[in-house]
Order: sequence, then structure tokens, then C-alpha cells
Amino acid sequence: MSDGPLTLAVPRGALFGGTLDLLDAAGADTSQLRGDSRSLIFYTPGLTVVTVRPSDVPTYVESGAADIGITGKDVLLEQSDRVVFELLDLGFGRCRMVLAAQTGDDRLAEAQRRLGMMRIATKYPRIAERYFESTGRRVELIEIKGSVELAPLIGLGDGIVDLVATGRTLEENDLEVREEIVECTARFVANRVAHKLRAAEIDELTGKLREASRG
Amino acid sequence: MIHPIPPGTRDVLPDEMRELRRLKGALIEVFEARGYGEVATPAIEYDEVMARADGRAARSSYRFFDESGGLLALRSDMTVPIARLVASRFAGGEGPHRLCYLATTYRAVRPQRGQMRELLQAGVELIGASPAEGTVEVIEVLEAALDAAGLDRAVIGLGDADLYRQLLEELGLDAEARDDVLASLASGDLVGLEQKLLEAGIDAERAATSAQLAQLRGGKEVLDQARGLGGAAVARAISRLHETYDELERRGAADRVQIDLGLLRDLGYYSGAILEVYDPALGHVLGGGGRYDGLMKSFGLDLSAAGFGLYLERVHTAQMEESRRGRDSS
Repeated sequence: MSDGPLTLAVPRGALFGGTLDLLDAAGADTSQLRGDSRSLIFYTPGLTVVTVRPSDVPTYVESGAADIGITGKDVLLEQSDRVVFELLDLGFGRCRMVLAAQTGDDRLAEAQRRLGMMRIATKYPRIAERYFESTGRRVELIEIKGSVELAPLIGLGDGIVDLVATGRTLEENDLEVREEIVECTARFVANRVAHKLRAAEIDELTGKLREASRG
Repeated sequence: MIHPIPPGTRDVLPDEMRELRRLKGALIEVFEARGYGEVATPAIEYDEVMARADGRAARSSYRFFDESGGLLALRSDMTVPIARLVASRFAGGEGPHRLCYLATTYRAVRPQRGQMRELLQAGVELIGASPAEGTVEVIEVLEAALDAAGLDRAVIGLGDADLYRQLLEELGLDAEARDDVLASLASGDLVGLEQKLLEAGIDAERAATSAQLAQLRGGKEVLDQARGLGGAAVARAISRLHETYDELERRGAADRVQIDLGLLRDLGYYSGAILEVYDPALGHVLGGGGRYDGLMKSFGLDLSAAGFGLYLERVHTAQMEESRRGRDSS
């Protein structure tokens, strides 16, 4: 845990803009973060901000290297074994975790019928595993780190489990949503010890973020 | 030539061993000075004994058969073996029993997370004292132990394990929905807590106030704030916490105690007061404890019991971090 101002981990990538806008609305000063600086750590009045990969936010916050953080629910679900306090649904960055397959193609149903087992490519193996287990279906999960939309087009898997915001990427790759798994938004999280020992500061920021995210 | 050891275990070398020995000595001295006699129990118990804890988290992860087919378990905590020891060795004797321990316990680890499979724990168990007095005494011993370890910035969270269980019952949730909501709370998911209350048919306002309750932590003022947020179940928990906190205040021991209505330890056997220990130098919880009357009952003793355990390796890390900070600032 840090001694000075609270350390906040913010996600670079898709949630970065929304995060900065929200912090502005909550009264923080994000001008340094908006520049083209290559720095990863920014000292603003009242808040030390570190910029990290979205999927690294739970790691920094669980260890206490960052007291608080913002990241997507998809990341928190995929890393549900990380112990962080999830304090607030920030409402932005809304997207859906879906099962998708090639448009008009019946490989998914056919694999399920003939083999009792589907092959699914995904960046979210744990979310996918829990989903298929809870719906009583057997799958072989193929973990992909990059653009997962490619996989079923060239025969790697019968379908994909992936995060969809507008659906344009799916469409352009001739894929369609078959099932919706869960809706995800950005969340405000806190380290378990910081949440107790810096309660007043964290509550104040939580209150401001709640106001800002509703505004 | 490297000969590997299992992940989650480690060798301790002389420098660290000396520091650990000093820490252990300081803690045992505190415990003994307050009348807590040190005991040792076997690292291996019958699985049936460890399983009485009735908490998934306390269930032993390492089980195996002995030469005649009996199911054995490596102990996953020390409270259960000591409850067993008191029930079988001191059943007829006059209480209260004050016992302390320094022992390794064994937990499952998730791969590649640097978690320890073998944990060194130091703690006390007070069995047979009246509930409120017992809790207060245990907190005082814990404070003395933290002082002896040099952690004068450490804070003790004091909560009530029955608060949410009873609140959810009062709201009319069935057992399955209750467990679901409690799982959210235990994992710190306050967004999910509110969502699951809504899904269980609780109206938006009560769901929001019930989630707000879990955010209340601080001094005595949170008890007043809590009163406005719930009905009879909340009122009962508040009066229990009030009683304990007032007594701590009377004895001048309340300064480093933080009342925390969102506290819920994942060990299933706690009822009433629960404790958690934090130090600002470390992002992880240093230890915890609470009351476990129900566990004693499962061993056939109708006694009130309370205790705490500290993870020695974490206390040691916090100790080093604190002294490093001390040097930096001087």
C-alpha cells in the first residue's frame, strides 16, 4: 500500500478514454495523462495514477501496489480468483460476452449433436468454461491471445467466445452472435487492505465516481 | 544440480530463520504472559475431525489413506485441532481454557500465484469464557502481539459474522439465494451483492441500503449510521458490536479497532464477532479470527470460544517493510 495519495491503476486501451472522462467529471486532473507522454506513472494532486493493461489491473490492486483501479467486468470475471473489492459499476464501456459462429453455418450445432462436444476459440477460457459447464455442454477450449475472430474462419474451432461492443468486427468477419453470456461494464475496484485502512479517501472517491457515472 | 521442491513450499535460510525465531519468541512470550499455554497437535488428523469445521474453506486439501485404510488429512488450520484437543482432553475440567500455538498449516494453492501451501501460524484460543469478555480478551492479546511484533500501525477489523446471514433471512431469501449473496460479500463483490438482492426480488431501496451496510467501517459512528439501514437483524448485530466496543473503550483498547459491518471471513465456523488484521505496509490480510461457539458444539462442548491466528511470514514481511520505512523517514 502507498503512503501518500491513493494510487489508482487505470486501463490503457478501449476503456482509457471513458476512464479519463469519468475522472475529469469526478474532479480529478487528467491533463497529463491525455498528453502523448510515454510515462507510465503520473502524479496529480490527490491521486497517483499508473497506466497498465486492463488485464493487469486486478494483479496490481490485489497485491496493494495500486490501492484502487478501474477495469472491465470481463477482466474481473476471467480473473475471479483475484481478491479485490468491487465497489462500483461505472456504467461505461458497455459490451457483451457472446458465443459467436460463422453466419449461417451449422458447425456448432452439428458438433454438439454428432460429437457432444464443441471446439471454442477464446481469449476468455475461464468465463467460457464456466458458461458451458453451467449450461451442461462439453467443449474443448482453444486459448488464443490475438484476434479470435479469425479462428473459426480457417477451421480452428467451431465458434468463439469473445467480447462484442458494436458487433462490427463480427459482421466484417462474417460471424454472428448465437448466445449472449454476460454484459460487461467498467468497474471500480479496491485493494482489500486499502479499502479498510484508507476508508475515508476511498469512500469519497467512490461517491464522486458514482455521481459522475450517473451524470 | 537443482533438486526442486513443490510449488508453495520453501526453505528458510539462517538469516531469515534468526528473524523468525525472534518474532516467534516475542509472540509466545506475550501469549504465555497472559496465561495462554502453548500446545502442539499432530500435523495429520483424521479427515472426519477437520471436516467438522463445516466450511469449504477450512476443509483440508491434502487427504490420504493410512496403512489400514483410515482417511487422514493434513491440518488446514489450527482452531479445529485445538477444539478437538479441548473436547477430548479437558472436557470435564474447569474453564476457561487458554491455549496458544505456533504451527504450520496446509492449504491448496492456485498455480503460478506465489501462494504458500505451507503456512506458519501463531495464535491463541480462549475456550469457555463468556462471549463478550472472551472477544475483548482475545482482541487485547492480539493488540499485545502486534505491539510485540513492532506493528504499531496495524489495525484490527471487528465485524459480526451473523449480521448478513440474519439480515438476508429477515428479507425472506431462501437458503440458496442467501448463500449466493453471502458468496458475493465474502469475495468483496459489492456490485454483485446488490444485483443478486435485486434478482432475489428485494426492492431497489432495500437492496441499495443492504449493500451500503457492507461499506460501513470506522469508529463508533458507523453503528449509528447502520441503525438507519436495517431492521431487527441489523439492530441485534449493532448491539453485540456495541457491547464489545464499549468494553474495549472502557479498557482503553479500542484505538486500533475498526468496526466493519462488511466483514465476512470465508471460514464457515465463525458466529458472532469476527476479526481481521491489517497493516498499512502490506496489501494482504495478516490474519484473523473470531468466535466459534458452533464449532465447539460440533465437538460436543457447549462452550463459548474465540481466538485469532496470524500468518507469521506475512507479519514478518510487514515488520521488515515497516522498519525500512522507519529508516527512510528518519
